Amino acid sequence: MEINWFPLWLSLRVALLATAFSLAVGVWIAYLLANRQFRGKELVDAAVTLPLVLPPTVLGYYLLVLLSRESVLGRLFESLTGGPLVFTWKAAVLAAMVHSTPLLVKLVRAALETVDRTYEKAARNLGANEWRVFWRVSLPLARRPVFAAAVLAFARSLGDFGITIMLAGNIPNRTQTVSVAIYDAVEAGNETTALVLVLAISAIALVSVYVANRWNEGKALR
Amino acid sequence: MTEARIAKRFAAGPESAAFALDVHLRVEPGITVLFGPSGSGKTLTLECIAGFATPDKGRILVDDRIVFDAEARVNLPPRQRPCGYVFQSNSLFPHKTLRANLEFAAAGLPRIEGARRVGEMLERFQLSEMAGRCPHELSGGQRQRGSIARALLREPRALLLDEPAQGLDAPLREEFYAILREIRDSLHLPILLVTHAIEECFELATHMVVIHNGILIQTGSPLSVYRQPASSEVAALLGDYFLAPAEIASLDPHNKASVIRIFGAEIPGPYFAGHFKGDRIRLCLQPSDLRLSLRGGDRALPGQIPLTLVRVVERPRTVRLHFAEGLAGDMGVAEFAALPQSKFWQAEIAPSAMRALS
Repeated sequence: MEINWFPLWLSLRVALLATAFSLAVGVWIAYLLANRQFRGKELVDAAVTLPLVLPPTVLGYYLLVLLSRESVLGRLFESLTGGPLVFTWKAAVLAAMVHSTPLLVKLVRAALETVDRTYEKAARNLGANEWRVFWRVSLPLARRPVFAAAVLAFARSLGDFGITIMLAGNIPNRTQTVSVAIYDAVEAGNETTALVLVLAISAIALVSVYVANRWNEGKALR
Repeated sequence: MTEARIAKRFAAGPESAAFALDVHLRVEPGITVLFGPSGSGKTLTLECIAGFATPDKGRILVDDRIVFDAEARVNLPPRQRPCGYVFQSNSLFPHKTLRANLEFAAAGLPRIEGARRVGEMLERFQLSEMAGRCPHELSGGQRQRGSIARALLREPRALLLDEPAQGLDAPLREEFYAILREIRDSLHLPILLVTHAIEECFELATHMVVIHNGILIQTGSPLSVYRQPASSEVAALLGDYFLAPAEIASLDPHNKASVIRIFGAEIPGPYFAGHFKGDRIRLCLQPSDLRLSLRGGDRALPGQIPLTLVRVVERPRTVRLHFAEGLAGDMGVAEFAALPQSKFWQAEIAPSAMRALS
């Protein structure tokens, strides 16, 4: 029997892009939370944590309302890119990103907080501005746990179900990611497809977690 | 001129007592040592000058430039303050080679000028050969020299050092002192060094400032501070001082002399300016000030203080005798061994060695 590999490739591509976007947004938020004192800091912290505790369908619903073709943001996206966001693979990227960013922010913040402040003081004393302190000192010193965080965020992006199905739908060969495809296959009694995809995803997740742990320990893989 | 007038308060926290720093410090070219116990506010003072901490009140000038003024609301960020800073722990960036560490400090300079200074500094501190190594591949002494080279690369107008010799063993410390003396002599630079080691004051200081509980309690040359501690706190910090309560029995301004009553005996003392007959004072004595001998019975000879031995500590060349009265004296090992064992002693003290603390 023929197995459709499209969901796996789509998921990998979506997860990779989502991780890249998560890093861009998450590292910045983590930096603010770790280093700056500002008004509303607790609120930002809470807002970032929220996706970890809210049911994915709730998040998906919010995003669907916020980004539908009739909404302001949805129209803005359409006028910029020439196509709708919802129920496309791009929506799957956003869904995966919302799913993984909170974890990334938590881990990167913890990583940045382990950096000895003396190095940052020394850098400032040597004439570096905050931008340079971060890129040339703090981030390189925290590179191992930050990389580990990115790997874990990738693994988490791969596994989103609820937000994806609300925002990107379940269109075979268009927006059907692995977790959605597995659900579909089980529903349809397609045991072999389900098992193969389940094993593939499990293997990727296992490798990711293993790599992340190795990097976090600071041993091997130099 | 480099000058700091700083006041900063900390309210008591769940794990810390309230603390107030209130100092006025002037640092001339040469080495000024800020001496005090841990928790006295030494490092905080340095951090305020470098801009890592913000005082509540006061004004800080580095080389006549105002870097902080609470009233005028001037507060330059650390990167704009012309201070070199050498941290207590090794602060070379561990992910960069020694050369890259120096180049980090040279950023912002024209490229050729930066490269020239990096080369010069490596040469000057004998680090050229290991410039390509990372800090963890360098010895403790090399790391310390690297930190100083990096701090001097931007040609600061003041150099701040926070217990820089801590963690170095004795030979490396000597080497480090030599480097600092060389910097002191070759650069016309105010250097402020924080320490709790009294040897460092004698080794390095042109000027010594004693800080205790956030307040400066004595300033002067290391020798003048050591010879005449201004208070019992200073005497306790210097170590090797023992305090004895005494009373001025009579004063003779004509002969610049006095008689003081101490542990039941009356002994000749110096003239204590500013004191009256009957004043209670504390004599501040070092072990070397006591000339010890055995006494026959319960009474000491005239002019001598009766003492009761409680403990003997043997040192390589001397023995230190601790007495129940709170004083201690030193004696040669052979000399002590030749005497019969007894706990009844007496001591003679030259009036010129007597310092009074009120």
